Formats: sequence, C-alpha cells, structure tokens
Amino acid sequence: MNILELKNITLIKENRLILNNISMEIWDGYVHAIVGPNGAGKSTLAHTIMGLSGYRNFSGDIIFKGKSIKNLSIDERAKLGITLVFQEPARFEGLPVDKFVLAGVKEKSKNIVDKALEMVGLDPARYKNRSVDKTLSGGERKRIELASVYAMHPELVLMDEPDSGIDIDAIKFIFNIIQEFKNEGITVILVTHSPEVLKQADHAFLLCGGQLVDKGEISKMFEYFSGKCKPCNHIGNPEIEISKMRG
Amino acid sequence: MNTDKEKLLAELLASINQHKFSPDVAHIEIHGNEVIGKNIVDGLIVESNSFENGVNINIRVIKNIKLKNPVQFCFGLIPENGIQKLNINTVIEENASASFIASCTFPNAKNIQHLMEATIIIENGATFSYFERHIHGPEGGVTIVPVTKILVKENARFSTEFELIKGAAGVINLDYKAEVEKNAVVDMKTRIFGRLKDKIHIKESAHLKGENSVGILTSHIALKDEAITIVENEIIADAPFSRGHVDCKEIVQGNAKARAIPIVQVNDYRAHVTHEAAIGSVDKKQLETLLSRGLNEDEATDLIIQGLLK
Repeated sequence: MNILELKNITLIKENRLILNNISMEIWDGYVHAIVGPNGAGKSTLAHTIMGLSGYRNFSGDIIFKGKSIKNLSIDERAKLGITLVFQEPARFEGLPVDKFVLAGVKEKSKNIVDKALEMVGLDPARYKNRSVDKTLSGGERKRIELASVYAMHPELVLMDEPDSGIDIDAIKFIFNIIQEFKNEGITVILVTHSPEVLKQADHAFLLCGGQLVDKGEISKMFEYFSGKCKPCNHIGNPEIEISKMRG
Repeated sequence: MNTDKEKLLAELLASINQHKFSPDVAHIEIHGNEVIGKNIVDGLIVESNSFENGVNINIRVIKNIKLKNPVQFCFGLIPENGIQKLNINTVIEENASASFIASCTFPNAKNIQHLMEATIIIENGATFSYFERHIHGPEGGVTIVPVTKILVKENARFSTEFELIKGAAGVINLDYKAEVEKNAVVDMKTRIFGRLKDKIHIKESAHLKGENSVGILTSHIALKDEAITIVENEIIADAPFSRGHVDCKEIVQGNAKARAIPIVQVNDYRAHVTHEAAIGSVDKKQLETLLSRGLNEDEATDLIIQGLLK
C-alpha cells in the first residue's frame, strides 16, 4: 500500500526546470532512499513534499494516504503526520532543547524528551536545558532535530542528508533511529548521496537532472556510486542541460 | 508597621509573585517615595532618605565581602498615576561580590513615571551583577527613564540585564554608560517585548579604556502592534588587547518599526571589536522547522520569541 504518491511533479524556479515530471510511489512502512548527484533535485523534491515556501508552485499532485495535500500548508501537512529533518538544522537562540524536542508532541512529558535524546545518543541531563543555538555543534543540533522528530511520532519522515555534520561515532545513532522508525511502521524517505546511508534503505530512487532515471533494489543504485550516473548521460550541470533541451 | 503599610507591601510583593523572604536574604521595598520594607545582611550598607516623589539611596558592599544571596529590591507604584524617582549610588568595594535583583512593578499604571539616576562603582577585583525586571500592566502607561553611569575598575566584572517581557512597556529611554579599566569586563543585556504603542529607546555604551578590557552589549527585542524601537549600542576600544562585541536581534511583527545603530570604534590597532545585527521577520528556517512539527505560524513565532527573550 502506498502512503505517498507523487504524480507528474514538475517544478520550474527562476526559469530553470528543477523537477521534471517525477512520479513515485512510496510504500507504507518502508525505508526509501532518493539518491543522485549534487543538483539532481533530491532536496528540492523533499522540500516540495513538505510544502516549504518556494517549493509550492509546481504542476502535478502529491497524494498522502489517498488525498491530495498539494494545497495544504506546512503545518497542515505536519498535522497529517509528515515531517522533515533539514540538512542544515536551524539555530534557535535561547530555546531550550527540551522545549524544542516537545514542540511537535501532543501529550508532552519529561520522559519523552529523555527517551528521544537517548535515542540519538545524547545524555538528557547534559543537553535538555541547553539552548538549540550556536553553542551546539551542527552535528549536535542535527541529532536534537532528529530527537524532536522521533518524539513527534510522525507517519512519514523526510530526512535530508541525515549523516551530514555527524561524526563517525555518532552515525550509528542515526542508523538506529532509522531502524526504530521502520520497526514502528513509520515510513522514511532518505535523501542522500552516501552509500552507507543508502544501505539503511529497502528501496531507492535515482534522480539526475531533475528526472527520475531509475528505481528499485538498493543494490542497483550502487553502480551510481561507482561512478556511473546510470542511465543518465547529461554532461555538466544537469539543470542547465535540461533547460537547453527545453529551449 | 501599620496595617496600611503592611497591605501595600503585600500588594507590591504579590504583583511580582514574591511573598516572603528568608531572614538571610537582604531586601528593600520602595513604594513611591517611601521605603516600606527592609532587611539588611552583614557586609551590606543601605542608607536612604525620601524627598518629594522619590528616594535617595546609597548602597555599599564592604571590601572582601561576598554576599551569599542576591539582594532583592522591589520598586513600584500600585496606584494608576504617579512619579517615582530613584537616585541610587552603589559602590562594590575591592574584591567584594554581590548580585542585586530589582523588580520594578506598576501593575495598574495609566500615567506613571519611573525615573532612575544611578552611579555604580565596582572597585578593583570586585564582581557585581544587576538584574532589573519590569512587571507592567497590559496597557503600558509607564515612562521608564533609567540613566546609569558605571565605572568598572581593574580586574572587576559587571553584568546587567534589563528585562521587560510581561505587560506593555509604555515609554522606555534607557541610557547606560560604562567605563572599563584594565582586565575588567562589562556585559550589558536588554530583553524587551514591545507591544501596542510602546516607544523604546536603548542606548548602551562601553568605553574600553584599560588593557585587556572586555565589553559585550546585547539587545534582544521582539515587537508587535505599533511599537517602535531604536537601539544605539556603542563600544569604543582605546586600549591594547581590549575586545568588544555588539549584538542586536529584533523580531518585528505587525506595524512595529525597529532601528538599530551599532557603533564600534577602535583607537588601538591591537584592539578588536565586532558587531552583528539582525532585524525583521522571524527567521524562515526556524519558522519552517517548527511548522514541520505541526505548530501553526502563531505558535511557532511565539516559541521563537520566547527563546530570543529568554
């Protein structure tokens, strides 16, 4: 059963074709990966699904659990159970970690904060009263953002480059939380160009130049990481190439 | 104490959610031009005399004394109208250490002036922190004019925070000037939520005169409705290896208007002063992060402002 369907998504920004007629079916309860080179449109697609500003004026449709969410705001989509872990987490000056983690939780309790922080390998006693600001490293803020998503208990998690800024020792916590989402039946979409992150997925889509060029078992996608943008043959900046093709 | 004064004291303290102090906490309560409550601890000297509409206060923390508990001041006026003028001279003697918490409360204000002229001298090696919290009613109606001159002597430290988050500000004209000597530190912060037709003018200045002196000026302000703010923070670094930073962050909503003028001046090539200012709407990334957790725009904005003003 599909939790999410993308139907012919085309997004043009500043006269550039960023997403070109993308259709996808996201199976409920599975971990999916969207892979592809820089500029392929991976993050753009995640932002479009979340409905971020600048990513709402597209053609096509997004169907979540059988209903179009195309005209819903970010928070309306989040209330349905969709959320996004940003590649670069925001800083919130003065906002304590515990308040941030609980922001999206309906029934708030101290235990939820502790468990969520432990899930991402952060000691609650050390972290929950700190501010989500520049006193934390990018990696710490990323883990705290993941903790906030875990605490929210969503139905669909979009994770944009979940390993960026995370050190080698902490990466296991990111992978654990992806598996925990899967164990709890939460659907995950990983946006990545990391083979290690791809290994966490059950199924993958390959994007290049704003187009979906392949999909299937993750083993198929490892060819991309071995240097072939299979079967894409665009040279240079794919977006420009496609723009040229479209005149 | 007569019953009327007791009632007034209770009302004043209730307005700041404070009802009782333990005996080892020094505290002074001033309503209008009258000292209505006072408890002093060893090492602290407080002398006061009243005049029409106000009180002169001399405060001294004796050399080498480290006051264990913060000294609690409560200044205010319960009636809707009136003037409270405070002339406060504070000296923290050599190697002494103290912190003061001043709660200024005008819960029913319609037309109140709260005027303060202060001098603060922090002698060599002393440490002093002064936290001033304002509690106002929802309609504003208060004009606050604190003018303070501060001298931070060698190896001394001074920090101050001015907070007005609950209730409408009314009119604020805050003017703090600090001179900072060798190895001394000054850290001044304002946190204000302006509403309605509040007019807020913040002017903080740190003159880094001594080698290795440090100055930090921070203003975090949120504005909505028709509120207006001007922040003029200035650091002048004259001495070698002196360092300073001016930080102004303002979130502007509704028809509010904000202006920030950071002034940084360096008169010695070995000094270093920086400034940052961010004024305008709520940061888009912060907002979208919280929206993607299911908060609506108002809830997300409130949470971001709570953090900024924390």
